[in-house]
Amino acid sequence: MSSNDSNFNQNEIKPVHTNKVGGSPFKGVVGWIDNRLPIIRMFKYEYLDFQVPKNLSYLWSLGGILMICLIFLIVTGLVLGMHYKPSSSEAFVSVEKIMRDVNYGWLLRYAHMNFASFFFIAVYIHIFRGLYYGSYKEPRQLMWLIGITIFFLMMATAFLGYTLPWGQMSYWGATVITNLFSAVPLVGKAIVTWLWGDYSVGDSTLNRFYVLHWLLAFGILGIVIFHVIALHIVGSNNPSGVEPIDTRDTVSFAPFTTSKDLFAMLIFLLAFVLITMYAPNYLGHPDNYIPADPLITPAHIVPEWYFLPFYAILRSIPDKLLGVIAMVSSIAVLGLLPWLDLSKVRSAVFRPIWKQFVFLFVLDFFILMYVGGMPAEGIYVLISRVGTIYWFLFFLVIAPLVSLTEKTLPMPNSIHEYENWKKQGKIKTLKIF
Amino acid sequence: MSYLSKFLLFFFFFTFNIPNSYSAEKQEKLLKQSWSFDGFFGKFDRASLQRGYQVYTEVCASCHSMNLLSYRNLSEVGGPSFSEEEVKVIASKVEVLDGPNDNGEMFKRPGKPSDKFVSPFANEKAARAANGGAYPPDMSVLVKARAGGADYIYSVLMGYENKPPKGVKLEDGVYYNKYMSGNKIKMPKPLSQDSVKYSDGTAATEEQLSKDVVTFLTWASEPHLEARKRIGFKTVVYLLILTVLVYLVKKKIWLRIEPKV
Repeated sequence: MSSNDSNFNQNEIKPVHTNKVGGSPFKGVVGWIDNRLPIIRMFKYEYLDFQVPKNLSYLWSLGGILMICLIFLIVTGLVLGMHYKPSSSEAFVSVEKIMRDVNYGWLLRYAHMNFASFFFIAVYIHIFRGLYYGSYKEPRQLMWLIGITIFFLMMATAFLGYTLPWGQMSYWGATVITNLFSAVPLVGKAIVTWLWGDYSVGDSTLNRFYVLHWLLAFGILGIVIFHVIALHIVGSNNPSGVEPIDTRDTVSFAPFTTSKDLFAMLIFLLAFVLITMYAPNYLGHPDNYIPADPLITPAHIVPEWYFLPFYAILRSIPDKLLGVIAMVSSIAVLGLLPWLDLSKVRSAVFRPIWKQFVFLFVLDFFILMYVGGMPAEGIYVLISRVGTIYWFLFFLVIAPLVSLTEKTLPMPNSIHEYENWKKQGKIKTLKIF
Repeated sequence: MSYLSKFLLFFFFFTFNIPNSYSAEKQEKLLKQSWSFDGFFGKFDRASLQRGYQVYTEVCASCHSMNLLSYRNLSEVGGPSFSEEEVKVIASKVEVLDGPNDNGEMFKRPGKPSDKFVSPFANEKAARAANGGAYPPDMSVLVKARAGGADYIYSVLMGYENKPPKGVKLEDGVYYNKYMSGNKIKMPKPLSQDSVKYSDGTAATEEQLSKDVVTFLTWASEPHLEARKRIGFKTVVYLLILTVLVYLVKKKIWLRIEPKV
């Protein structure tokens, strides 16, 4: 097909190829199908023969783990949806009915609830991996942007999902977060009323949140597919940050990567099962087992643990509108990183100064998470402000400044040279397990 | 220690400590009990569940509802294990408002195992009116709805003090409790020595009564706790074996490329 298809001149006589049947490497029935619907060869090329850098650490298993989380969430969610009632008078009781009377309903609900938490654990490690090894740099900027879009959608979906049991934290969390939109000048109040479908969080709010929770879940799935397609175009980054050159640098996806990822998934599942089966409510808040009551405000309204760093950033700024802007930009600023970090070297392994700042950033994330769960008073306000300042400083100032001034370590020419250096102890790197 | 293990340590340290830090007020340390349902193989003590049910019906049920439970639950697996006959007798002792009948009238009839636990008050207003403005919370999921869970409920039951500490002024109908947040509670001390006469001869001390009723309430909050722990253990064992096998497979597969490096 020519590249100027859009300017196709119908008066010019040229051969056309509307029939593209053929080209399958398979024979027989499989080949017959594959000639007409080339998904079997696509699967072979992209998932069996696909070449992956051989030096990927277990940090690269998080992508597959996240996929599993998403699928489990959708499957458990589907079944839960068959029993749940999105109405303010019935939601709480219907969730408890699932827990009590539906066969293995307790398992479905606890699994769904904790998979959401584990989804976030995995995604935070996944993002850290990208940050540390410079996976956002050329040519993977678009993947990084798609990833951040997924992260935004995940947060929205998790927030909507948390309102569904209609407990005290559901109700008041929804009230606090939707009220953030009232900070928008002029139309703020109107937006909030429009979101609620009422003049307060109520029955119609819950109903639409349920619909949106479903919609966004499948939205995530769709965008994840883009993320994966883009990955198969640009290929995986690796701890050395050097692109593979020949087969000495790579392994085929199956069975090498699949066996390794499977092992990592099982470890992840073990942790998940331990929490889900022995401390299912540990990551939740007890107040959410109190039915929503618009007349009683909980002493401390706290979001789920995975929102705490951003909640801390929101609260660190005394002005509501600026607080909301800071919170949203704290995530959006991640999207600018490919253009703020100007270093040609991808991997932090060869960037001694940048590496320190990345670890400081991780520490900052946890500190913000901690203060996000504390009341916004006294020393916690100060800590959250310092944390917020570092967060933005890291992206907007440190990233460009360090990338321009830092003296990077000598780089290997290839992945197999990198591996040899590692064996000889020339490189200090992340050792996993 | 490598960077990553430090990172993971941080991660788990922080994430797993946050839920505990939600309650900001300084609180009295709870009276930690060793419960039969604790741990990997935790099971409810049946006799304690049955006694706890007795305490609930004879004491708590005069003010607290348990809307989410039905009498049939009392004979279900993993619960107090009353026989179905016993449950029929238990249910038949309560009066249930049913209807309307063919004449459009509501009528009272003896309870059936499928009925929900009958509430002591017709509605929240009636409950508040009878309790000095306070609403006795529904106890169906009370253990899950309080930070500290079973230990917290037990501590509140044991935490009444006749004389409040100096400087604390109590209004009429308010009692001092060491463990209640704010230390003020509108529920008078519910349990004391021999408030219930156990038929199985267990001495009805205050500790015993509290322990039994908290065991019952924990079951009410988490009726499938035993199944959860049993299935959890099987799953962990299964996953452990599978993980080891997959690890060996992975190692063997990766040996294929080692010599080329």
